[in-house]
Amino acid sequence: MNGKSCVRCGNKAQLKRPKTGELICKECFFVVFETEVHETITSSNLFSRGERVAIAASGGKDSTVLAHIMKVLNDRHDYGLELFLLSIDEGITGYRDDSLESVKRNKEEYQLPLEIVSYEQLYGWTMDAIVAQIGMKNNCTFCGVFRRQALDRGCELLKVDKMVTGHNADDVAETVLMNVLRGDIARLQRCVAIVTHDESGGYIPRAKPFKYTYEKEIVMYAYFKKLDYFSTECIYSPNAYRGFARELIKDLERVRPQCIVDIIRSAETFQFDTVNIRKQVISRCEKCAYISSQKICRACVFLEGLNSGKAKLSVFESEGKTQKSKARRVEEEEKVERSKVSILNADW
Amino acid sequence: MKVKVEFSGGLELLFDKATRLTVDVDEKTTIKDLIAYLKQNHLKEKPELFMSGDSVRPGILVLVNDVDWELLDGADYKVEPNDNVVFISTLHGG
Ligand SMILES: [Zn+2]
Ligand SMILES: [Zn+2]
Repeated sequence: MNGKSCVRCGNKAQLKRPKTGELICKECFFVVFETEVHETITSSNLFSRGERVAIAASGGKDSTVLAHIMKVLNDRHDYGLELFLLSIDEGITGYRDDSLESVKRNKEEYQLPLEIVSYEQLYGWTMDAIVAQIGMKNNCTFCGVFRRQALDRGCELLKVDKMVTGHNADDVAETVLMNVLRGDIARLQRCVAIVTHDESGGYIPRAKPFKYTYEKEIVMYAYFKKLDYFSTECIYSPNAYRGFARELIKDLERVRPQCIVDIIRSAETFQFDTVNIRKQVISRCEKCAYISSQKICRACVFLEGLNSGKAKLSVFESEGKTQKSKARRVEEEEKVERSKVSILNADW
Repeated sequence: MKVKVEFSGGLELLFDKATRLTVDVDEKTTIKDLIAYLKQNHLKEKPELFMSGDSVRPGILVLVNDVDWELLDGADYKVEPNDNVVFISTLHGG
């Protein structure tokens, strides 16, 4: 093996950085990786001193590295944050129970308090029970809607000011492409924001400290630091995480790795015609008070269906039952389709 | 010659949960040859999740003795006795 040298220190290089093409050694990689995340945090003013911050922790690679780095940077740069781990237990035997074990090890290692919110306690249903009733077809839609709300409930319990998620540059670039391909301008504008929140303050702001961090570097960092993470797919959505947009991004990355950050930068610099972006009117669900653009939020609609044993009907056909024109119905069905895709992407 | 192989990031699931293997391959074996050998002799399911063309599918990282294969000759790198070749999937949920 011939040795190439690190551009920073001259020692043996061990990694080629996808963003810059630089060759770098392991020790220098740790420094630049951590420094860049710190710079993202400070230049975007992600946090204020004294804030309570929940780390959405799934036990997977991104959130495991995120928990590690948040702890390291908070200590090193004295952000003055109070950090918490927040996990959702969907109730999926052989998947979530194993990944929660990995979160529990993180809790011990980083000495962070852990809150686990389960679908069973929140909704009275585990995903196992839901799948037993409705089958494998739309279960990811249920799960995505429930998870989003469960994370917010967890944040309420922890009384945090913010939540951070492990979304990385590859995830953001993928979402940009999906929104371009769907012509979803409102989401396209929102998906590159480093912090998302709604104006009414309805849910806790969510921040992405890894917005510019490549997946390759996150995995390399975990590998070199020997961080313990869980990497099995959800048994109910084999490969669902890998849509065609992801495939395309990975192919492009192999040819020109910079494309990932370029896609993000492009979307950040787009000028949006705000007149044509229809603002959603946000109100509160009449049943559970969760923010919703409808009178009853989607989680409650799902639950009603599940509890009455007619889940399939309630979710995908109830809207069509009332007398609406066919065109309107088609439009709504499309909306459901679109939101299904976006829910897959909205996962951490 | 003997070469050590490791799988992680979920790839081990395609190899009957094996995280480590020692394989015996010919001199002048390249990583590309090694990938074909692993597919032939050890891969248990879903070859499309491991391979694309005659290399690994994009999104799988390869390291030889803790060095990114992009610093070596990639798939054309010729493995040496006792090399430790690590395949890590980045494709499993975060
Ligand atoms: Zn160095
Ligand atoms: Zn509700």
